[in-house]
Amino acid sequence: MKHKKIVIIGNGMVGYKFCEKIISKSNDFDLIIFGEEPRRAYDRVHLSEYFNGKSADDLSLSTETWYAEQGITLYLNDPVKEIDRDNKTIHSSKGLTVTYDYLIIATGSAPFVPDIPGIDKEGVFVYRTIEDLNLIKNYTAYAKTGAVLGGGLLGLEAAKALIDLNLEETNVIEFAPRLMPRQIDSAGSGMLQSKLKALGLNIYTNKGTSSIEGTDRISSLKFNDGSELKTDMLVISAGIRPRDELAKLSGIEVGTRGGIIVNEYMQTSDPAVFAIGECALFDHNIYGLIAPGYEMAEVAAAKLCDDNKTFKGFDMSTKLKLIGVDVASFGDPFTTEPDARSIIFEDSHKGIYKRINISNDGKQLLGGILIGEAEAYNMLLQTVNNKILLSPNPEDLILGSRGGSSQTENAGLAGLPDDALICSCEGISKGTICNAVNEDGCESVDALKKCTKAGTGCGGCIPMVKDLMLHTMKQNGKYVRNVVCEHFHLSRQELYDLIKIHNLKSYEQVLDNLGKGDGCEVCKPLVSSLLASLWNDMILKKGNDTAQDSNDRFLANIQKGGTYSVVPRIPGGEITPEKLVVIGQVAEKYGLYTKITGGQRIDMFGAHLSDLPLIWEELIAAGFESGHAYGKALRTVKSCVGSTWCRFGLHDSVSYAIRIEERYRGLRAPHKLKSAVSGCIRECAEAQSKDFGIIATEKGWNLYVCGNGGSKPQHALLLAADVDSDTCIKYIDRFLMFYIRTADPLTRTAPWLNKMEGGMEYLRNVVVNDSLGMAEQWELEMQALVDSYQCEWKTAIEDPEIRKRFNHFVNAPEEKDPSVKFDEMRGQKKAADWTLA
Amino acid sequence: MIETTTNWFAACRVEDAVENGGVCVKCGDDQIALFYFTRRNEWYATQNLCPHRQQMALSRGMIGSSGEDPKIACPFHKKTFSLATGECLSGDECAIQTYPVKIENGLVYIGLKN
Repeated sequence: MKHKKIVIIGNGMVGYKFCEKIISKSNDFDLIIFGEEPRRAYDRVHLSEYFNGKSADDLSLSTETWYAEQGITLYLNDPVKEIDRDNKTIHSSKGLTVTYDYLIIATGSAPFVPDIPGIDKEGVFVYRTIEDLNLIKNYTAYAKTGAVLGGGLLGLEAAKALIDLNLEETNVIEFAPRLMPRQIDSAGSGMLQSKLKALGLNIYTNKGTSSIEGTDRISSLKFNDGSELKTDMLVISAGIRPRDELAKLSGIEVGTRGGIIVNEYMQTSDPAVFAIGECALFDHNIYGLIAPGYEMAEVAAAKLCDDNKTFKGFDMSTKLKLIGVDVASFGDPFTTEPDARSIIFEDSHKGIYKRINISNDGKQLLGGILIGEAEAYNMLLQTVNNKILLSPNPEDLILGSRGGSSQTENAGLAGLPDDALICSCEGISKGTICNAVNEDGCESVDALKKCTKAGTGCGGCIPMVKDLMLHTMKQNGKYVRNVVCEHFHLSRQELYDLIKIHNLKSYEQVLDNLGKGDGCEVCKPLVSSLLASLWNDMILKKGNDTAQDSNDRFLANIQKGGTYSVVPRIPGGEITPEKLVVIGQVAEKYGLYTKITGGQRIDMFGAHLSDLPLIWEELIAAGFESGHAYGKALRTVKSCVGSTWCRFGLHDSVSYAIRIEERYRGLRAPHKLKSAVSGCIRECAEAQSKDFGIIATEKGWNLYVCGNGGSKPQHALLLAADVDSDTCIKYIDRFLMFYIRTADPLTRTAPWLNKMEGGMEYLRNVVVNDSLGMAEQWELEMQALVDSYQCEWKTAIEDPEIRKRFNHFVNAPEEKDPSVKFDEMRGQKKAADWTLA
Repeated sequence: MIETTTNWFAACRVEDAVENGGVCVKCGDDQIALFYFTRRNEWYATQNLCPHRQQMALSRGMIGSSGEDPKIACPFHKKTFSLATGECLSGDECAIQTYPVKIENGLVYIGLKN
C-alpha cells in the first residue's frame, strides 16, 4: 500500500506532539513538517527558564536526530506561504512545492499587539519565541527599568524573565482591575499582588496605556488617567492572536474574531485539512494552554487512523509557579451565590489565599482558586472532575484535616476511579499509572515517566504520580524496612536515638551494644557521623579513627593517584591578601596544584600523605583552620559582596555568611551541607541552590531550605520570610537538627524534604511553629555542638599518636609512596591518568 | 610437586599496626597492606594495589565483614575484596593476592612465597 502523505505546518509543541502521536499509532504515513522558526520544537511553557540558565537545547523537545530516526522530513526556517486545496499542494517560502493527502495546521498564535501610538519604537518587544528572548536579552544591556504590558499568565511569566535579567525595576501594567483576570478573583489578585510586590515587582492595575513616548527608543508610557511611567523597555503580553492567516487565504473558514473553525475531530471546513493548538477555534473557544493542545493532537491523529475520538472542550484549570508564588485555578473559579457557596481562607501574614466553590447541597466541589500554596491542587481538581462526594467538612480540603487522622491524602487517592485523568498533558489515567507499577515494575517516578509519559508535559502532576506510585507499592506490601546494613538491623534514625540513650561514644561500643559482626564500609561512616553529630568529639580519637570514611580518616580528600587535596576554611569567601600569600607559599613549597573551588575557597591538590601535617602546621600558624571539605559536614557559606560595596546590596551578606559559617563549621550531618547568603534578590550567591540559603530583603532575610545543585538540581523553598538575623539562625538551628536527626544516610536535604510526608508545609510547621515542641531542645543541642567545636587539624598535628598515621609506610615512615605519578598541564601538575588493568 | 618455602618478612611491631584498620608495609619494591581485627584477634595481609584503578590504596580502606568473611573496601570506589580468599565481592575485578601473617615476640611477620 502506498503511504499517505501528511504535511504539518508548524513545528511548535502541538505540531511536535501530533508527530509523536501519529507515529505511535501507525506506520502508514509519510510526515513532512514546515516550521517557521529556525529551531526544532521546544518547550514554550517553560520559556522563562531560558533566562534562568537553561539553553535552547535544554528546552528542545527532541534530540537532534529524532526526526530523522522517525523518518520525518523537517524543513525549518521555511514557513508555508500558500495552500492550494484544489490540487492538495502547499508552497513554502523557500519555493518548495509539496503535495499532501492530509494537511495539519499547527501554526499556533502570535502575541496580540494593541494599536497604541509609539508601539513601533525601539525597545518594545513581544514574548513568544526564543528569538524574542534573545532580542530582549540583548536589549537589557541598555535598560535599567522594564515594563510588561499585560498582567495575565503570560505577562507575569515575562515579568519573571525581566527579573531574571537583573533589571533594577520591573513594572507590570494591567488594563483590568486585577491580575490574571481569567483565572483568579479580586481577593486572590490582591494577595498575589502583595506577594509579587515583596519580590520586587511594581504592579499597576486599572491602567489603560494611551501612548508610548520617546524619540526613537521608548522612554516612558503614558496612561489614560494622565499618569506616566518611565521605562527603558517594554514587553507586550496582552493576549494571543491565532495564526489563521494562511487558512483564511486558502478559503478555509475562520471565526469572526480569528481562529480556524474545527469540528470535534479537528477537521476544518475542508475535511482533508485539520487545525490543532492555539490556531484552532472549537466551539467559539481558543485554547491557549498546552494540555488541550496536546489533546487536539491526539484527536486529530486518532481520526487519521480511523479511531473516532472526539474533542469535548477542555478544562482550563491550571497551576503554575509565578515568580516563586504558587497560583492555581480550577473548575469554575468564579461561581457564586445563588448558584454555589464559597469557602474562603485568607492569611495575609503568610500570603495565602484559598477559595473553593461548592454546590448548594454541599456535596460537590465546583472549582476554586489557590494563591501562595497550591499543594492541594491536584487532589482538588480530581475531586471536581470526578464529581467525588464531599465530606461533611469540605473546609478540610483547604485547611487540612484538623485533629483527624492523617490518612486523608491516601484515602483521596484510593477513592479516585481508575479512569481519573492524572496527567492531562499526556492524557494518562490513574489506572495506567497503577498498572505500570503493578505490571511493569515501575518503582520510581523516572521509570513511570519513561513507561507511561505521565508527568513529561508541564510536570504539574508529578507529586500526584509519585503519591500514586507509593500508594500502589504499599498496597502490594512493597514496604521495605529501611535498615542500615547486615550489621545493624536498625534505621539511621533508630540508631541515632539508641546511641544517644545509651550514651555510646565509639564505633566499637556501638557495634558491641547494638550490632553484630565486624561492621563494614556502610555502617562505619554512618555511625561515625552520628557520633560526631551527637557528641562532637575529635573524629580521630582512638577507636573511632578507623571507622571513619577514608577522607575523614586522613582529614583530606583522596584524589586520583593516592595523593590528597587540602582546603582551608575561608568563611564567606573573604580572605586577606596576607592569607592569600600564605596559601601561595605553601602550595609552592609542597608542589601543589591550586584551583578555586565552586564554594569560594582554594583547593590545593597533590599532597603526599606525609606532607599533610606539615602543610597544616604552616596553614594553622597563619590563622587558617580545617575547611571540612573531606567530611559529610558543613562545607562553605558562599556570599556575594553585599551592602559594603555593592550598589544594590540591602544588607551585609558577607558578615552574615561568616557568622553562619563560623557557627556551623565542622557540623557533621547525613550528607554534606552547603549554604549561601545573597545581599539582594539578584541572588549572586546562588542561595536558592543550597541546603540552606539566605537572601536579604528590605525588612530582613528570606530563608530558603532544601535546595541543591549536583546531578539532580533542585531549588530551595522559602521557609520563612523577612526574619531578623537572630531568628533566622534559630530557624537554621532547628532545621539542621531536625535534618540530622531524621534523614536517611547520605540523603541531602532536598531528597529528605521530597520524602517528607506533608512536605514543606510540615517542615515549616516543625521549624517555625514548633509543632513537635522540639525547638528549644534542638537549639540547646546545636549550641552544645557550636561550643564544642575544635579544628580537627589543630588537634591532629598536636597529637603524636594521630600524627604517626600520616605516613605511607608503617616500616619506612620517611619514604613517600613511590607509585605516585604526576603529569604536567598548563604549567601545573595533574594526577597521572588511571591505568587500567 | 613443587616445594614452596615461606619466607617470613618482619613487617612491624604489633603496636605500630592500626587496630581495626590497615597499614602499608614496604617490602622491597612491593607494597603490602596489613590488617588487624582486634575483635577476632585476626591478622590479614594482601597486595596494597587495588586492581580496579591500579591505586596503591587498600591499606587506607575500611575493614569489615560480609557474613563471616572478613573484607576490605578500597577507599577510591568502595570495591570490596575478601581478606580470606582475595576474591572481589563487588563486581568482577581480579582477585587480590593474599599473604599469611604470624605474630612472634610482639613482631608481625608476613609470609612471602619464594
